[in-house]
Amino acid sequence: MDYVIEMLNITKVFGNFVANDNITLQLKKGEIHALLGENGAGKSTLMNVLFGLYQPDGGEIRVKGKSVKITDPNVANDLGIGMVHQHFMLVDTFTVTENIILGKEPKHGAGTIDIKSAAEEITRLSELYGLEVDPYAVVADISVGMQQRVEILKTLYRGADILIFDEPTASLTPQEIMELIDIMKKLISEGKSIILITHKLKEIMEVADRVTVIRRGKAIKTLNVAETNPTELASLMVGRDVVFKTEKKPANPKEEVLKVENLVVKDYRGVDKVKNLNLSVRRGEILGIAGVDGNGQTELIEAITGLRRVESGNITLVGKDITNLKPRKITETGLGHIPQDRHRHGLVLNFSVGENFVLQSYYHEPFSKIGVLQNREIYNYANKLIEEYDVRTQSAYEPARALSGGNQQKVIIGREIDRDPDLLIAAQPTRGLDVGAIEFIHKRLIEQRDNGKAVLLVSFELDEVMNVSDRIAVIFDGQILDIVNPKETNEQELGLLMAGHKVDKDNHQQMLDQAVKKEGEE
Amino acid sequence: MSKRWTSILIPVLAVILGLLVGAVIIAISGYNPIVGYTQLWEGIFGDSYVIGESIRQITPYVLAGLAVAFAFKTGLFNIGVEGQLIVGWFAAVYVGISFDLPAYIHLPLAILAAGLAGAFWAFIPGILKAKLGVNEVVVTIMLNYTALHVTNALIRSIAKGDTTEQIAQTASLRIPFFEEITQYSRLHGGIFIAILTVIIIWFILEKTTLGYELKAAGFSQDASKYAGMNVPRNIVISMVISGFIAGLAGAMEGLGTFEYVSTKTAMTGIGFDGIAVAVLGGNNPIGVVFGAILFGALKYGSLNMPNPPAQIPEEMISVIIAVIIFFVASGYLFQWLYEKFSKKKGVK
Repeated sequence: MDYVIEMLNITKVFGNFVANDNITLQLKKGEIHALLGENGAGKSTLMNVLFGLYQPDGGEIRVKGKSVKITDPNVANDLGIGMVHQHFMLVDTFTVTENIILGKEPKHGAGTIDIKSAAEEITRLSELYGLEVDPYAVVADISVGMQQRVEILKTLYRGADILIFDEPTASLTPQEIMELIDIMKKLISEGKSIILITHKLKEIMEVADRVTVIRRGKAIKTLNVAETNPTELASLMVGRDVVFKTEKKPANPKEEVLKVENLVVKDYRGVDKVKNLNLSVRRGEILGIAGVDGNGQTELIEAITGLRRVESGNITLVGKDITNLKPRKITETGLGHIPQDRHRHGLVLNFSVGENFVLQSYYHEPFSKIGVLQNREIYNYANKLIEEYDVRTQSAYEPARALSGGNQQKVIIGREIDRDPDLLIAAQPTRGLDVGAIEFIHKRLIEQRDNGKAVLLVSFELDEVMNVSDRIAVIFDGQILDIVNPKETNEQELGLLMAGHKVDKDNHQQMLDQAVKKEGEE
Repeated sequence: MSKRWTSILIPVLAVILGLLVGAVIIAISGYNPIVGYTQLWEGIFGDSYVIGESIRQITPYVLAGLAVAFAFKTGLFNIGVEGQLIVGWFAAVYVGISFDLPAYIHLPLAILAAGLAGAFWAFIPGILKAKLGVNEVVVTIMLNYTALHVTNALIRSIAKGDTTEQIAQTASLRIPFFEEITQYSRLHGGIFIAILTVIIIWFILEKTTLGYELKAAGFSQDASKYAGMNVPRNIVISMVISGFIAGLAGAMEGLGTFEYVSTKTAMTGIGFDGIAVAVLGGNNPIGVVFGAILFGALKYGSLNMPNPPAQIPEEMISVIIAVIIFFVASGYLFQWLYEKFSKKKGVK
């Protein structure tokens, strides 16, 4: 009995869209099997079939050699299949224990819940698998990493021995990712089997035994991880060769487009987050802002785009003072903005793809005339951009909610770039996207630069900043600590700068001051 | 395509189920449901008089339901339609009795006054929400009572009694031709205003940049702000339009059905029923018309049920209406059953 799960020739069709086309996936006992594919390739559909959320239109599922029909998630649970969802399914106001036992509560004779024995069982499980949690902590108070461990414990508590991890590292810090990898190895050593859904090649190389690549609903290939490499996996996933290092010509910067002088901005609590910041971006260059999350990046962008009040200082865009103007005025002056949170700010999820494409331009011709929307123009335009930006959607009338993350981001990027703004602000433009989409977006940013526009890129990912930027400004504690040339720097230097240590040969005193200041804060 | 079908199928199923459950309740209570429903039918469609009266009853429901649905589409819950209707009613009658003008000015002026009064009444919660973030539900509920008592006081002061005089015929919505063909029912021309308003509101919501902005704010205030829309202004506009429609509903009563206004000891109930009408109509302007037809017809037709031989208490119809709304509001159940059914057949 070699395989614990066999999904044989699974087909799943939505309307006339084939989400899974004759896919076969076989999970060996005690292995970590990665499921690799771009956003929208059909990974989630396949796993939802396995978990009983969808019924397949064709094919067979075998669990431990027996052919089964998984009609709903309870059946999956009974078969020992557990799913660790990407978006945690936890009740924030409940404790860890209450969340884990939810739906399977141990009871005293009188019918009341036996929290104590439940907590003991959870402690036992968490020690066995190295899943450190506090059974009595309230979920709202614990870290994202611990919330994920609660999700894992939920499946183990229900007796799962086959675990599906859906994009588990999407919301974790690098430290938490390392911990998760250890946990997965521990689970395997205790006899569990794991399916890991991901589009991050690095993780697969590190932790998986085998990998099945899915592209556009079809299983392309299953390989042993030991016999492959990231380049091969990436090209299998995308269907062509992928360049990790984005090719670009040297920058040719011209006059200044954005000038930020002595900017001070407060956050929602009234605390100064941007402190006397100075910045300048020129035509024909990409300025990357590197920094640890929470050092004033969000407030800086919101101040430039008009979403947050400027306390003092000046912002000039193409020679015009835009300090504290209304967002629309700033947009019309020549700003494009790819916001950090695409669901909250970038899209109206219940609007159609077409309606979202005109979110910044619906009010002027040709999309509306004397206040009346011109739907024919809007959807013609939408279809043009869908093609140009390769947005995978059933139609322009589909609600934006129905698209995968990468395609949602393409809608935003298409909308913002097509308006051809003098300055494009891209905040975390590739967060949560697969290599194909990342490559596409980086190319578009560089294209924008080559067309003589200015780009301000804000990212927490060092790779991205170093790859795409022409200059890197490191932000720390609300100020630009230093500006470096990506060709002359390395991760170590940037890491030090991001932690607030300025490497300055001429002014040693300043570095000491910074170090002292940082210690004082800790 | 399937989505469109379910959105029609669900209310129809709900109505049928509601009537069936209602029949069971009637039977359990010791009455004959078939005789009862026959009389209900005759109470709505029996002769031209009851048809005229049914349409008269439906008219304000269309507008009240539309007012609720419009606010809801833009993310606001206007519970204050009742109060806006009451001030609209008063304003219409006030203009109707105070001026001596030719009909082509007097009638539009009285209707406009009703709309503006309702709009003003809704402007208060709108501006409070936009500027200070005060929950519109609380404010509109309280303003319903304020409307009731303020208009009562105004009526007493101008009428020196509990009822005003009749409005001038130049401000009336009555159409002699309608009265003749419906055996002198109170059917009036307001139904045209209601239908016209539905079309205008549908157009605003679906075809204009204003509707686009209002809906965007209803779905996501953050995205609206990001796109440079003036969200506080849109909240106020939305409430004002909703209040204007509610005020028109008041004009239907003041200039059509009653042609006067008298002090009230309680709310009219039309504004609150408007919430149910909006739910029945799926918050869609066109759907609201059907919701109002159902609601108004049942309301009026039920008046015939206590008559012999059925002799079913009038209250029973309230139970049946409640059951129908219950089934429509729990439309998820039908959606679920539908999907379960279609899944088995392998279509989606």
